[in-house]
Amino acid sequence: MASDLAVHVEGLRKRYGDKPALDGFDLDVRAGTVHGLLGPNGAGKTTAVRVLATLLRADGGRALVDGYDVARQPARVRERIGLVGQHAAVDEVLGGRDNLVMFGRLFHLGKREAGRRADHLLERFGLADAGGKPVKRYSGGMRRRLDLAASLILRPAVLFLDEPTTGLDPRGRNEVWAAVRALVSDGTTVLLTTQYLDEADQLASRISVLDQGRVVAGGTPDELKSRIGGDRIDVVVRADADLAAAAAVVKGVAAAEPEVDPDGRRVSAPVRDRVAALTDVVRTLDARGVAVEDIALRRPTLDEVFLRMTEVPA
Amino acid sequence: MKLRWALADGWTITLRDLKHWAAQPWQVVFGLLFSVMLVLMFGYLFGGAIEVPGGAGYREFLLPGMFAMTMLFGLEATYTAVTTDADRGVTDRFRAMPMAGSAVVVGRASADMLNSVVTLAAMAACGLAVGWRWHEGIGPALGAFGLLLLLRFALLWLGIWLALVLRSPEALMALQILVWPLGFLSNVYVSPQTMPGWLGTLAGWNPLSATVSAARELFGNPSWDGGGHAVLMAVLWPLALTAVFFPLSVRAYRRLSR
Repeated sequence: MASDLAVHVEGLRKRYGDKPALDGFDLDVRAGTVHGLLGPNGAGKTTAVRVLATLLRADGGRALVDGYDVARQPARVRERIGLVGQHAAVDEVLGGRDNLVMFGRLFHLGKREAGRRADHLLERFGLADAGGKPVKRYSGGMRRRLDLAASLILRPAVLFLDEPTTGLDPRGRNEVWAAVRALVSDGTTVLLTTQYLDEADQLASRISVLDQGRVVAGGTPDELKSRIGGDRIDVVVRADADLAAAAAVVKGVAAAEPEVDPDGRRVSAPVRDRVAALTDVVRTLDARGVAVEDIALRRPTLDEVFLRMTEVPA
Repeated sequence: MKLRWALADGWTITLRDLKHWAAQPWQVVFGLLFSVMLVLMFGYLFGGAIEVPGGAGYREFLLPGMFAMTMLFGLEATYTAVTTDADRGVTDRFRAMPMAGSAVVVGRASADMLNSVVTLAAMAACGLAVGWRWHEGIGPALGAFGLLLLLRFALLWLGIWLALVLRSPEALMALQILVWPLGFLSNVYVSPQTMPGWLGTLAGWNPLSATVSAARELFGNPSWDGGGHAVLMAVLWPLALTAVFFPLSVRAYRRLSR
């Protein structure tokens, strides 16, 4: 295994009864990056994270975290990881600072060091003013930030984030995203599971698409997007009457039959050579006197990639 | 070194519970008031209707039973604490940390035992105020309190085991269906001899009854059954329960990783 891999997984298997949750799961995460683990519900994302965080024993395969085997050296692994699960795993009754001090003591920091670390983390996650307040009076976003802070007490080499923004409102989600970005700039490796494609797109430099316990596709967000047909051109016309004319023009450059959306007065189609297609369409539309409101080249969204990769064969 | 950390981590978890008391003093007060209310309710409301052996006051007779009932109700507190941590992911956070694995359970046990000592003290004070006394000297009285705490200790493991197996805070209602009959199907309020035969036998064999009989004997309070092996049974029953449910709890905790 190359030493710049923070996580290395080979052929991991885990069954619950006769239902396989992980079925030959492979994964490499480079140190210092955010890796997105994307998949529908029940794809095995949480099972994978629980095995890597030493919470669950796999039935087969091998997993190394920061160079240590999760099955054979769980104590070493635990010294090197942080885990943020789907619920904010903090004490609701205690204040934020008391929580961090307690976890710090359980990480075997001295009393004074635990207090110092707690204050530092509260400050860093914008919770300094709320440190004395019981956690049950925190907002969802504050709780999740405290949860993140508690996972970072020992400055872990690898941080597991299992659907960290599930159930948060947009404001809370932005707070968590900002916190994750700040972590990465510090050099922490993050393995992020999510069902939100924009979340993976926003945060992850590489993505593995998980379906039925194994990785079905992987790469950078851009690679994944171009894998299903590359760029598309969208034309929005000013008048309904011009829609058919615009469709004919787009068809001339398109790689497939254009889709026409009468409500949005939009014509959309995949194209191969993006610049030539755009130039061609603009010129022809102008020549034929079609008044255009908007023309854009765009990549397919990750939603389109995701649906395509995890399609259930009919 | 390992043992030192196990103790230190256990203490950190205990401290967490003590901080809960400090953060929610009213919850502690209401918990104690509930126990006191039970004493007053049974002592004055039902007391007049029940005839006590030896013609002594019902409250003299009642208090050891109330102590034991409180130990039994402690099961629900243990259950709630363990399932809440599991439900919120706090247990998982502990398990993914490089702390001693035993600390979660050791901390829970010591916090619950401390809580029981405080509750017993409050109930005893309340008992003294309504006319209950111990008559055999301080030594046997302390022995009786010790047996009550031993029962609590045994039930602790039953509570932890149930919590790890059922894993749902909502199942507390189901647990109460188990706990309340266990409390009333005993010699706490009435003599098992007044019950239908099989029910009386069941009540006689209830571990709670053994502890209550022994406590009545050691306090010198009136009792249904004269002498016998009450104290011995009050030692054996909790030890047997612990011998069963402690290993089961350890196994259930390990099984969390399956």
